[in-house]
Amino acid sequence: MEHTLTTGAPAGHHPHSEKNYLNETTGIWSWMTTVDHKRIGLMYLVAVLTAFTIGGIFALLVRLALLNPQHTLFGKQWVTAEMYNRFFTLHGVVMVFLFIIPSIPGALANFVLPLMLGARDVAFPRLNLMSFYLWVIGAVMGITSMIVGAIDTGWTFYTPYSTAADGTVNLMVMAAFVLGFSSILTGLNFIATVHKLRAPGMGFFDMPLFIWAIYSTAIIQILATPVLAITLVLLAIERSFKIGIFDPAIGGDPVLFQHFFWFYSHPAVYIMILPGMAIISELIPTFCRKTIFGYRAIAYASVSLALVSFIVWGHHMFVSGQSQLASIVFSALTFLVAIPSGVKVFNWLTTMYKGNITFETPMIYALAFLFLFGIGGLTGIFFATLATDVHLTDTYFVVAHFHYVMMGSTAIAFFGGLHYWWPKMTGKMFNETWGRIGAFLVFIGFNVTFGSQFIMGAQGMPRRYFNYLDQYANIHMVSTVGSWILGLAFLIMAINLLASLKTGAKAPKNPWGGTTLEWETDSPPIMHNFHDQPVLEHEPYDYRHRTS
Amino acid sequence: MSSTTADLQHGHGHDPNAPESDPHFQHHFTTMEQQFDTSKIGMWLFLVTEVLTFGGLFAGFGLLQGKYPQEFIEAHEHLQRLAGAGNTVVLLFSSFTMVMAVLSAKSNQKEKTVRYLWMTVACALIFMCVKAYEYHHKFEEGLLPGLWYSHEGDLIKGSHGYASFFSFYFMMTGLHGLHVVIGAIMLSWLAIRANRGEFSSNYYTPIDLVGLFWHLVDLIWIYLFPLYYLIK
Amino acid sequence: MLPQQGSDFAKEVDYVYMGIFWLSVVMFIGIVVAMLYFSWRYRYVPGRVTPHQTHNTTLEIVWSVLPLLLCVGLFFWGMKAYMKFIVSPGDAMEVQVTGQKWQWQFEYPDGTRSLNELHLPVNKPVRLVMTSVDVIHDFYIPDMRIKHDVVPGRYTQIWFTPTMLGDHVGTCAEYCGKGHSDMRAKVSVETDADYAKWMATGGTEWEEYKTHMQDWGKIQWDRKGCATCHTVDGSSSKGPTWKGMFGSQVKVKQSDGKVVTVTIDENYVRESIMQPGAKVVDGFENIMPTFQGLLRQNELDGLMAYIKSLQ
Repeated sequence: MEHTLTTGAPAGHHPHSEKNYLNETTGIWSWMTTVDHKRIGLMYLVAVLTAFTIGGIFALLVRLALLNPQHTLFGKQWVTAEMYNRFFTLHGVVMVFLFIIPSIPGALANFVLPLMLGARDVAFPRLNLMSFYLWVIGAVMGITSMIVGAIDTGWTFYTPYSTAADGTVNLMVMAAFVLGFSSILTGLNFIATVHKLRAPGMGFFDMPLFIWAIYSTAIIQILATPVLAITLVLLAIERSFKIGIFDPAIGGDPVLFQHFFWFYSHPAVYIMILPGMAIISELIPTFCRKTIFGYRAIAYASVSLALVSFIVWGHHMFVSGQSQLASIVFSALTFLVAIPSGVKVFNWLTTMYKGNITFETPMIYALAFLFLFGIGGLTGIFFATLATDVHLTDTYFVVAHFHYVMMGSTAIAFFGGLHYWWPKMTGKMFNETWGRIGAFLVFIGFNVTFGSQFIMGAQGMPRRYFNYLDQYANIHMVSTVGSWILGLAFLIMAINLLASLKTGAKAPKNPWGGTTLEWETDSPPIMHNFHDQPVLEHEPYDYRHRTS
Repeated sequence: MSSTTADLQHGHGHDPNAPESDPHFQHHFTTMEQQFDTSKIGMWLFLVTEVLTFGGLFAGFGLLQGKYPQEFIEAHEHLQRLAGAGNTVVLLFSSFTMVMAVLSAKSNQKEKTVRYLWMTVACALIFMCVKAYEYHHKFEEGLLPGLWYSHEGDLIKGSHGYASFFSFYFMMTGLHGLHVVIGAIMLSWLAIRANRGEFSSNYYTPIDLVGLFWHLVDLIWIYLFPLYYLIK
Repeated sequence: MLPQQGSDFAKEVDYVYMGIFWLSVVMFIGIVVAMLYFSWRYRYVPGRVTPHQTHNTTLEIVWSVLPLLLCVGLFFWGMKAYMKFIVSPGDAMEVQVTGQKWQWQFEYPDGTRSLNELHLPVNKPVRLVMTSVDVIHDFYIPDMRIKHDVVPGRYTQIWFTPTMLGDHVGTCAEYCGKGHSDMRAKVSVETDADYAKWMATGGTEWEEYKTHMQDWGKIQWDRKGCATCHTVDGSSSKGPTWKGMFGSQVKVKQSDGKVVTVTIDENYVRESIMQPGAKVVDGFENIMPTFQGLLRQNELDGLMAYIKSLQ
């Protein structure tokens, strides 16, 4: 990748902008051993997009398997229940552990966070490289185990199914363990960076809201991930040595696994959504050319979401056999999540009020986010409410709900952010028309694919079902067609971005008129980010000093 | 990192008169003090993850203790309280030698630093020997986790409660023991480096950080000891 | 949008569901309309300066507190319906449900069993007491709006009152492997008369064994407790062994104390099951309880065929 970039850069510009982080040193080894956060971020970007492609292909296969109740393609059955179970397990594991969790923190925040703080790098550059390599090792272990061992446990590894399942579940579980460490190290790095490496004059409440949300994410990464790590180790030991912690046949408690698992995996949902919100808080003021409304409220909302996320895990278990009193308490606590989420949405909307709004590709993604997160958030209420949760949990309603949050919100925000910082990262502008077409098709395809699943779920179609009743056939077909639109949309996006590397115009320092520090340096930035240490002169998103 | 990469030399070239001409200084910091504080924050955050890792096991222990209260009390009688208490004293003493090692490093007393570090390592070894003796005793008696449980005495085989107790006993003391071993390895490495004179009052970050880690290992044992050896 | 309402619980849940649904629709339309209106009204005009609005405390308190109040309301609404779901009435009929890869087994109060077919009398509360023999399953009847995990090593309960006659789908909602999506049970809600009629035949199991009466009898030997006292391999126990019994001549003690010799035939077997004390085989105690009213005709026929086969 770096070769394309370096050869594509137009020579003979300003003498300052000739050398940048992409071409300061060359050769594959200079990338493999780099401790520069921008290069690591870029490597992360390539890595998570590869994972997204793999996970996406399996998503398309899952949808294709459900195209019709006979599972036929051109009149022939091409897929069995076992294959289908492996497809959705692969899709889930790859998307959750290899794509969403590392996507925004690993790729985008790694690149942008030190720039936004006016720092030269993250606090622990070598640790940063190590967490990237841990990701690579985890990915290799995970994908190997899935190919060799045909894992079909689902990404949740529920016991005792997972303790009894054949295949290389141990390797898979250890892969998730390694990936967990990668995530912990990233979070640790960001917290230390935020505390110690802010530019002179930048107090906590002068930081861009992106940083606040990434900081909140890092808190969760540090507090929740270790619990998942130890749980997975216990699961592997249980499988290998039969020690009787989760397996009821030898005195264990399978519900204990679920408590452990969701104690991590519910906060993990906020590891996914908070960075998405982080990006939206940047995109909206920039394209509205107006200061963000309710800066402190959004900052506090991020932190409180991170904290509340730790006390609501039981809402995944209303019908699992946890005590009913626990279910009632968890239901009440879960409603608390609605408040900071709502506050953020209202603040973003109010920021648009009396703005001066343009609709470049990143802004289209931001508006799509508001629409899709609206649906994803509001459908969450059905699961916080006890009576409706009983009917809807473990159905396609859940599938639709979490895809609206994880993909419709986080992934959409990720792609919005990718377009937003693409000129900064690569020094190239992408084609705006094709960018907008891609964004629009993603929006359409997404709603067709997953909107239809709400209907199925409400009607009582359970998730992870290979065979289904004929009454759901039409909706399943609509959903599958939607997945093709979505696939096409991502193809357009990929081609457009890759083409920009060759043919894109040279990006200016600040193509969108952003106010945060990353726009004050070159595109792409020099190796040490800034020619001179930036000093913060005004709060972020202050457009009084700008002419539009 | 400080010595090899081209970008750092480039950076140093920019301000040759920086007070941080120390070879340990990393370029993306402004002062040595900032670098030290950052490392400390990193270590504290790491310790938080350690606490949560063990926290998960403590919570699991609590849940299964609720499930088998009587069995857990009966099973704990089979632990050697004296060995546990002895190990507690050994670890507490090692925390003291660790503090002394950090203070000696801070005040440029090389010999004392080395001596205290080796003393801490010795405590770790004593701890592990006692632990090995205890484990040996459990293996002899068949007081083992899960399906491996084969005790023939008063704790009848077949009750899952006893096996559960020993599952957690081995898992938690085992993970703690692993931390002691890792700590001992790091301490030995520090002692060797200290002997070479690598640390001074200007730069003793590694000793300070490993010290923090060692205190945590000690602290976890302070919780493990009453949990397993003294429950009623 | 929702499936048909097959239980009184369904009505309650749907009420909450529709409440949340319309509330969400209103809020969602509000968000989207505001977004679209602002996008159009404040579209880019070169040179326009935007106001520096940093916050508005009143507004922010209002949009934090109002949703909070709504949420509190929703919580109690949802909890109210849930409380009904978890506390079953004392007079509910109890059916034992056993989940197993990949089938459902139901056992009714009188010991009748059925496989992948649950028959229930209409308008009578029923409590399902569920457990699994392998992995976690989840019994879900969409029409009844009930669902609960079926966990190995513990018992979980749900209850409901079916109100709608006809067949409903019962299905597994917790992923359990290859056959997960085929783990279905037909839930037939019947009138009292139809239910009684179905019960009288002995469930789906009987259908299976109709043509293998000996095997049917062997199951009854085990299930009705005959096996506790009667062996089938000739060894001695609390009662005479069944091996080689049929057609043989034995001395029996009548209820009046007289000892006579009888040939063991259908009538003797039948009498001994219904009135065990009438003719007790000499040398055995009169300890067998009566099975009068506890055996269906087809079960008795099965036992007879089984005893005959043990020669």
